[in-house]
Amino acid sequence: MVSAVKATTGTVAFDLSKQTLRELNQFLHGDLSAVKHVTVENPDGAHSIAVGLNAPVSVEVNGHAGYYLAGMNQEASVTVHGNAGPGCAENMMSGRVEVKGFASGGAGASAHGGLLVIHGDAGLRCGISLKGASIVVGGDVGSFSAFMAQAGTLVICGDAGDGLGDSLYEAVIYVRGAVRSLGADARIEPMTSDDVATVQRLLTEAGLTHAPTDFKRIASAKTLYHWNADAKQTY
Amino acid sequence: MCGIVGLLLKKPAMRPRLGELMVPMLIGMTERGPDSAGMAVFTDRVAEQRRKVSLYCADAAFNWRHLEGALMELLGDAKFEVKANHCIVTTDGNPQLVREWLTREHPTVHVLSVGRSIDLYKDIGLPADVAKRYAFDTFSGSHIVGHTRMATESAVTPENAHPYTAGEDWCLVHNGSLANPGSIRRKLEKLGSRFESDCDTEGACRYLHWRLEKGETLETALEHAFSDFDGFFTFLMGTHDKLALVRDPFACKPAVVAETDDYVAIASEFRSLAHLPGVKHATIFEPKPAEVYSWSVQ
Repeated sequence: MVSAVKATTGTVAFDLSKQTLRELNQFLHGDLSAVKHVTVENPDGAHSIAVGLNAPVSVEVNGHAGYYLAGMNQEASVTVHGNAGPGCAENMMSGRVEVKGFASGGAGASAHGGLLVIHGDAGLRCGISLKGASIVVGGDVGSFSAFMAQAGTLVICGDAGDGLGDSLYEAVIYVRGAVRSLGADARIEPMTSDDVATVQRLLTEAGLTHAPTDFKRIASAKTLYHWNADAKQTY
Repeated sequence: MCGIVGLLLKKPAMRPRLGELMVPMLIGMTERGPDSAGMAVFTDRVAEQRRKVSLYCADAAFNWRHLEGALMELLGDAKFEVKANHCIVTTDGNPQLVREWLTREHPTVHVLSVGRSIDLYKDIGLPADVAKRYAFDTFSGSHIVGHTRMATESAVTPENAHPYTAGEDWCLVHNGSLANPGSIRRKLEKLGSRFESDCDTEGACRYLHWRLEKGETLETALEHAFSDFDGFFTFLMGTHDKLALVRDPFACKPAVVAETDDYVAIASEFRSLAHLPGVKHATIFEPKPAEVYSWSVQ
């Protein structure tokens, strides 16, 4: 049973204690031309809520989400008023995913575009293999974040765990707090005016008010870009 | 993949509700572990000289009455509580005698646990079926350690299901896999441990118990485990008055904790906690890697 669209507001309400996840996702994959806003009650940690969206609709999830929230998102804006499980916004192409609580491991993994905002902490491997998206984390990130990140930006307002930015390509990390350790080939670089502007823009988009000048820039030293036979595999 | 659940009730008045609160937690982890399920329930301790021994026999037609007579003779006194394929023997006699006698006379009957507080159930089948078979919803007690299994490195058999126990009032469940269970096992067998299954988790359970018996704290024992265990793990452990939780340094396997004034609830995923009373206002967090968390019965 699909909820009727309220013609005046374009809002549709789903309650996952009464409707199935498949009903929700099939609705979100259908014709959304008359739909502006979808609310989801009682998500109760369900997996794959609002995955594969491909329309400029806004989805509000009131509660905690499980694995793969808003994975592969395009154009849609998905907000969770709660926490998100592993792999939220993984492989996002565009749009915006916002988690008001914390996000588990692998948040924004391989995301190509769009903005992921996590107001709480992010678990391990945040932004692993990032391919162009922007991620703003209001709290701390776990170890091995931005591992092999190829393009895009990771802004961390809190602290970072071990191995931050290991084997980075062209992605750039900005950290406000302490970094327990940097990964291989990651290094701290001076903040340019472009960097300050980038951080300012992303903080504003995320609704955060930190001073962009408080952030450090971490990028690839590019020593791993070419095979070095003399390094004897010690990096 | 496997599912882990744990629940510790802070208020003694809630203890009769332990089973009713815990069964949906276990069933919530069915997709992570549909082939076997198990549950350790910790009750008020029996008198100092008494022991509870949980027994299991895969044969549904096994004649427990026959066993009762023989065990009465062996132990002098014993009380029996039979539920499906399972029996709890409570006795003033020596539980070691039960184990030795069963090995000799009834090798198909297995000792699942020994202690003053722990009762242990584990069997193959969907978590909902196992819970129904042993009436998990009627359990009363202070805390539980539960598991749903999706076998990866050893066969789907009752003895390979979790929780595992060693010694008295100690159990462990595991989500993950160890790459060096053979070397852990050989090390412990040289020190006198007897293994009863070929599941990697049994080695972890006996290893940590061995260190605790040496007088180490759980934190120290786990520090050693971080270097001696090659693999991935989230472990949930239970003693007569404690639940303890740890994730490996890479935090490969998930865990989430919800705490209120009434309880501490632990699960691999939030969907096993969503039904708990007051969970919407609970303090919810993910345990950090390589950090030991423990909660005591008040």
